[in-house]
Amino acid sequence: MTALSTAPAATTAPRAEPDEPSARFRDLLAGEWFKLWSMRSMRWGYALGAIGIVWLNANSALADVQDWDHFSAAQRAGFVPGSAFADTFTNNAGITVLLVAGVLGAMSLVSEYSSGLIRVSFAAVPSRRALLGAKIAVLTAVMLAFGLVLTFTSFGLSEAILSSKHAGISLSQPGIRSGLTAAILLPVVSGLVGLGLAAVIRHSAATVVAVVSLLLLIPDFLTDQHYWSACLDHAMPFRAFQFLHDLTPYRVNPYMKYPVHPRGEWWVFLLWPLVSVVVALVLVEKRDV
Amino acid sequence: MSALGRRRGTVRTGTVVRVIEVNHLTKRYGSTTAVDELTFTVRPGCVTGFLGPNGAGKSTTLRMIIGLNDPTGGSVSVQGRPFRQRPRGLRHVGALLDAGDVHGGRSAAAHLGMLARTNAIPLRRVGEVLAEVGLTDAARRRIGGFSLGMKQRLGIAAALLGDPPVLLFDEPLNGLDPEGVRWVRDLFRRLAAEGRTVFVSSHLMSEMEHTADRLVVIGRGRLIADEPLAAFAARGQGSGVRVRTPDASALAGTLQAGGADVTRDGAGVLLVTGMDSERVGDLAFEHGLRLHELVVTTASLERAFMELTADSVEYATGETR
Repeated sequence: MTALSTAPAATTAPRAEPDEPSARFRDLLAGEWFKLWSMRSMRWGYALGAIGIVWLNANSALADVQDWDHFSAAQRAGFVPGSAFADTFTNNAGITVLLVAGVLGAMSLVSEYSSGLIRVSFAAVPSRRALLGAKIAVLTAVMLAFGLVLTFTSFGLSEAILSSKHAGISLSQPGIRSGLTAAILLPVVSGLVGLGLAAVIRHSAATVVAVVSLLLLIPDFLTDQHYWSACLDHAMPFRAFQFLHDLTPYRVNPYMKYPVHPRGEWWVFLLWPLVSVVVALVLVEKRDV
Repeated sequence: MSALGRRRGTVRTGTVVRVIEVNHLTKRYGSTTAVDELTFTVRPGCVTGFLGPNGAGKSTTLRMIIGLNDPTGGSVSVQGRPFRQRPRGLRHVGALLDAGDVHGGRSAAAHLGMLARTNAIPLRRVGEVLAEVGLTDAARRRIGGFSLGMKQRLGIAAALLGDPPVLLFDEPLNGLDPEGVRWVRDLFRRLAAEGRTVFVSSHLMSEMEHTADRLVVIGRGRLIADEPLAAFAARGQGSGVRVRTPDASALAGTLQAGGADVTRDGAGVLLVTGMDSERVGDLAFEHGLRLHELVVTTASLERAFMELTADSVEYATGETR
């Protein structure tokens, strides 16, 4: 090829090397941000998911207010703080967050694999790990914002509804910070686990099935009857959320055979997304697309 | 010069090797060898056709060139470096591998806009390349509703986005109407004339006949030919004369006696080689034999291609051969 370099004007003048701007991570973030919101289905997914989850929580508070007169005196006395806090982010809302955020997180990656767009993306950005890193950063930020909006909108609405019965709680309630943090982080955890599954499976339908199974179904099959089963159960992100969000936790329940340790549940909450991200970043460099 | 030809920044001529170098490239999937010890070079300033029957390993080779698939053995470099070592690709190589590799939920402008952002390409290029491929009116429409031809045009637009010196196209003419085919051919010629390296795969010789200057031909993953188009054409059967006559047997005898090679091609049609058309006509006249048709046939690239790849057709149909 030296012949080409020494005699450049043989038939046609060779083209100059493009004066290329240096590769900035910021450009990848901008690309992934735009990639996410340029999909109508994603915009609708986040919007409808948020409305549904906030509605679930507000509806729970409304139901308690309507039933208030039928509550026994003991029920009314014990309503604050546990039940009042549960109305700000119900278990059903938690399940919905798992599904919505898990599937949206998975779709942000698996939609590229199933459509074939991933080949165009990697041809444009050959440093795959950087591109996936940008996708993960954008997803984490969006899911964190999603969690903040969901948690505080739900908290505000439910407290406003409960205040008519003077059954609300304040942000100074002991343990409430940990509960709110768990709710805020739940979309991040679910979304990143979804993305990790997408990176492993790379097939739309199978990925969605895996997200639903891992996040929701498997914890429901696990019981606290045996030590191994209790350990597995407590290691699931769904259970971690339930324990961490509980103001009157049954971790102090004397009838529990294998009590839960809050610190351990925080590790569960941290390790699931962390492992998912690492697996995704390792696999993306190795496999053909 | 067109919008495509505009260059940004300083010009440093002759400092970089602008070619694709494929070196003993091999790809195996289990026991199947898709690409087998392939070695060739694609040069700038001309259109290089990449030919082979279905399943010959063309797409796998193209994918390895841009690092989507890792080779089992050998190496490939673009402009002197493995493509995977480039942090951003669009300014180095524009590739259209499969027009279907898009997400139907985005608009054409959004698809290109997202690619432009990742490579720090000014967003005005999106409008420029959409105009270039004739998709300006469809810019805001969802890709899901595009025809195959429109997706091909969008894929070509994406390849042009970074104004790259190297362009790869895998079967780009699929789904294009005749006007589109002509447009693509002119575009390839113009890109090559601008000094770019243009590498175009096809399984149809006829598509390459009026487009390519050089040919790389593979079959069953192995290199069959790497040479200028003219040299390749010369490999096929040379020119001959096709004669239609009601006196086929008599004429065949006469021509053979005159030193020609004659083969029958259906009732009343003779294919004559080794004799020019004037001599065929004169001999027929001298012997009082009637001719209804006398045609000079030129060497067929299609035939050269078929002959060369006959032994390496992966999915041969049962009846012929």
